[in-house]
Amino acid sequence: MVSADTPDDVRPELARHGKPPFNQAVADGAVVACRECDLIQRLPELADGAAAHCPRCDKELRRRQVDALDRMLALPLAAAVLYVVANTVPMLGLSAVGHRASTTVLGGARQLWNDGRETVALLVLLTTVVAPALQIGFMLIIGLAVRRARIPRWVGTLVRHHPRAATWSMLEVMMLGVLVALVKIADYATVIPGLAMYALAALVVLLAMMQRAFDPQLVWNRIEWAEART
Amino acid sequence: MNARATTAMASGLQSCEGCGLLSRPAAGADTGRCPRCGEALEFRKTDSIQRTWAFLLAAAICYVPANLLPVLTTTTAKGSESDTILQGVVLLWSPTGWPLSLIVLFASIMIPSAKILALGYLLVGVQRGASVSGTQRARLYRLVEFIGRWSMVDVFVDTFTAALIQLQPLMSVQPAPGLFFFAAVVVLTMLAVESFDPRLIWDPHEGPEVQHA
Repeated sequence: MVSADTPDDVRPELARHGKPPFNQAVADGAVVACRECDLIQRLPELADGAAAHCPRCDKELRRRQVDALDRMLALPLAAAVLYVVANTVPMLGLSAVGHRASTTVLGGARQLWNDGRETVALLVLLTTVVAPALQIGFMLIIGLAVRRARIPRWVGTLVRHHPRAATWSMLEVMMLGVLVALVKIADYATVIPGLAMYALAALVVLLAMMQRAFDPQLVWNRIEWAEART
Repeated sequence: MNARATTAMASGLQSCEGCGLLSRPAAGADTGRCPRCGEALEFRKTDSIQRTWAFLLAAAICYVPANLLPVLTTTTAKGSESDTILQGVVLLWSPTGWPLSLIVLFASIMIPSAKILALGYLLVGVQRGASVSGTQRARLYRLVEFIGRWSMVDVFVDTFTAALIQLQPLMSVQPAPGLFFFAAVVVLTMLAVESFDPRLIWDPHEGPEVQHA
């Protein structure tokens, strides 16, 4: 907590430039604080598939996955294949009184850009193309790295930023939006769902499974410590 | 719930938001770095309350034009017509389309306003001390965090409607100014959720006697 009377030399803005010193880790690695309520507690030994919850606020602290190592590689691999399919083939086609039109995932953002809505176009690009790619790409690299005997330090950076990529990746929301758009358009024209629609539907399921199978603790347990570098 | 519960901050420890490691900063320091992953550490997110209020107020301001301005303009041979989000909901209402109409109503109108109100309530609770238990407020925070992304649905509906209906000169659909404000509401509320530190909900419960209420 930084209050107004904190001496200047420990203010976070200033300290960040001078890189504050490393903290001293607590001796017992199983002792953690809940991320949402800060309550200190000891994590129990977990059986496969079991989860530990904070006794005060009920936040899930850790879940041990079944076959975590294999799933952390297999699921992002499958997702990467589907992602490529979903972004290369048409998603929706339309025919009305002799006219034909079709669009891809990327086509949504492109049309917005052409219509002069650049900011919204970038947001749509971020949430439907860029963030999912990062989400899958990070996980693929993490899944490969976690199988190695020693995990290099930069993998930790990917693990730290993965939740943000997942937050802004909104393919499932986009699917619902496309569905609504389909129903709206069906009044004027015949709509033909493209191959990408099916790929997307499968991808949404796979991404949910991928997020669930991710056990970051497997990485943190064996990563090279930051303080060992200096 | 045992009565001798204690938090990391009360014990002078910092929990890493990146990797979860618990560590002790140098004597007298408020900030440090995680020895395992190198992340900058603080006891609580910097200026959490002020930042959350700022994003929330900005979202509340954008909420007005988001609902009053049209989000789509349809141009046909007969002329052009603009629809706001609410008009879009009404247009979608039909014997077969009503479930989707309800989804859009819920996601576009109710979720954003409920989210702004809920975060405002959590902030006031933290600043003034709330009578409602921490457990319930923590649950509310998680609900807001989980459900917020779904309000993007209308942005995608309009995006793909406009992308597909390009049948010039017969009929074409263009995104209208309201879409920008609506997207801004969604993004700003997501940023507000991210800058809120849920640990603040529990800080008044600090001390030897933990409340049961």
